[in-house]
Amino acid sequence: MFTGFMVNTWIVASIVALIAGVVGSFVVMRGTAFAAHAIPQGAFAGAALAGLIGVDTILGLGVFSVIAALGIGWLGRRGRHDVAVALSLVVLLALGSLFLSWNTDYEPEIFSLLFGEVLGISSDQVAPTVVLAVVTIALMVVLFRPLLFSSVLPEVAEATGLSTRAMDLIFLIVLALATSMTLPVVGALLIFSLMIGPPAAARSVTANPMTALGISVVLSLVTVWVSIALAYQWNLPVGFFVGTISALWYAVGRAWLAWTRRRRRVAGDDVAEVTVQAAPLGRCRR
Amino acid sequence: MVPPLRSSEDAPGTYGEGAPPTGADLLRLDDVNVRFGDRQVLRDVAFAIEPGQFVGLIGSNGAGKTTLLRVILGLQRPTSGAVHLAAGHELGGAGRPRRAPLVGYVPQKVMLDPDLPLRARDVVALGIDGRRPGIGLPSRSRLALVDRLLEQVSATRFADSRVGELSGGEQQRVLIAHALIGRPRLLLLDEPLANLDLNAGQDVVNLLARLAHEQQIAILLSAHEMNPLLPVMDRVVYLAGGRAVSGRTDEVIRTDVLSGLYGRPVEVLEVQGRVLVVAGLETPDLPVVSAGARATR
Ligand SMILES: Nc1ncnc2c1ncn2[C@@H]1O[C@H](COP(=O)(O)OP(=O)(O)OP(=O)(O)O)[C@@H](O)[C@H]1O
Ligand SMILES: [Mg+2]
Repeated sequence: MFTGFMVNTWIVASIVALIAGVVGSFVVMRGTAFAAHAIPQGAFAGAALAGLIGVDTILGLGVFSVIAALGIGWLGRRGRHDVAVALSLVVLLALGSLFLSWNTDYEPEIFSLLFGEVLGISSDQVAPTVVLAVVTIALMVVLFRPLLFSSVLPEVAEATGLSTRAMDLIFLIVLALATSMTLPVVGALLIFSLMIGPPAAARSVTANPMTALGISVVLSLVTVWVSIALAYQWNLPVGFFVGTISALWYAVGRAWLAWTRRRRRVAGDDVAEVTVQAAPLGRCRR
Repeated sequence: MVPPLRSSEDAPGTYGEGAPPTGADLLRLDDVNVRFGDRQVLRDVAFAIEPGQFVGLIGSNGAGKTTLLRVILGLQRPTSGAVHLAAGHELGGAGRPRRAPLVGYVPQKVMLDPDLPLRARDVVALGIDGRRPGIGLPSRSRLALVDRLLEQVSATRFADSRVGELSGGEQQRVLIAHALIGRPRLLLLDEPLANLDLNAGQDVVNLLARLAHEQQIAILLSAHEMNPLLPVMDRVVYLAGGRAVSGRTDEVIRTDVLSGLYGRPVEVLEVQGRVLVVAGLETPDLPVVSAGARATR
């Protein structure tokens, strides 16, 4: 399991998990989960086209996911993204199905584009993944504060000179980069779950943004590692495990949050009672 | 890659044509008009603010207060007219963080996801250098500064709470601390008192008045009720029907001036130390409204 071609798998999958944990934290914070779902569909169409015309898959992925990101950013420049995202998603899926229909003889490869093919990662996939990862992480480090600021308080950030639209577009492009990198490993349909599950669980257990980021990365790594091990063991698609484990994290995180909120409410009631007794009428809590 | 910055960064900012402010003015508006479709929201609004002045922007719901603040911030382009901001460094900003924004802004409402992994103190810290690239490592002096600001707005109790879970008034205090921590030369607050209870509102007004005078921060604060501001306001900008009059409180809050602004008789009354602006007697069905807010309708 840790020998030969599997070494590439562990390396690439770990990098993918790291990126998904970091980028996903901002996907959840900015509420762009839908875009994170649509861009991989665009990328998938790109990969299908690349297979059809015989160029490198990762090139097709990169070009199409950036096109999808720019399209969403451009269409959604006024107001909300969701309609623009939905339209892009539909068009790209349609294109993808067209390319697939012309491209009949590569079924296993197509299946792996959709659901991931961790166990077959070759050594020439390692270098492009590392390059994309370094670029993505560098961008995230540079953008960290402005992106946080503009995600949380867009109007205030805009008033101090941070263009919301520019941040939006830059982030969509980062998302596209992360997608082209993760897609061959986890698959187009399941990138989404890796980018959403761990960060959404992480934010449920802590209110500290840096801690949340850390937990998100750790959960994401654990998800990918466990998934690979189980997929290898039982010869099942890795995407199945990624999807279910991510959803499991989310369920645990929500349960934890609901439980702490409830506990705090009970404690808060006690405090309120004391205040009512101690304070003059005008200063009582509601 | 450096995030794109718009004009306002410490440089003199002018939206529209015309010369920068002369003399002591920090901010000057020249005949600002704003029209949405065929609805004229602001009509030839002109006034100036000097450093250290506490200015109340008074008007009813829909009078155009938020629109006016957004025009000053460069978030809303005026149909015609110009906004001039003085250069920050000429104004002796000792102790101001380098590259801090010249103008601070506390919006009327913000929508924060209750699950957001962000504490009140993180929001305040974003006010120091939220728009600068990088992660921003915590330092002891930053932490101390954040703590001090939280204390100033009486937000220490919920400093480590999730900001999205706080009540509207608590969030407002956090946003005021966020705006103040950058030591802006001009602070715009959109109805900061609307969500605060009487005591908290009074505390915030007193804090702002003290900052205005001690640190020469100019403050433009919008409200539909002027009475809590009367003790501290240096000047008032009164908005009605899209037009504005400005001046010292005793120059503006007068029966003749406000009747001219409203274009119909209104009366300024003083009842038990409170100022009321009352619609003219020929419309007896209109309720008496303090601060004249709805008297026009
Ligand atoms: N983007 C916009 N498009 C069209 N109309 C607008 C827009 N923004 C504001 N208005 C209109 O301009 C008028 C003034 O709005 P504004 O928000 O400035 O009022 P306000 O004084 O802040 O009111 P409130 O006290 O309720 O906050 C309103 O009638 C509003 O409908
Ligand atoms: Mg308003």
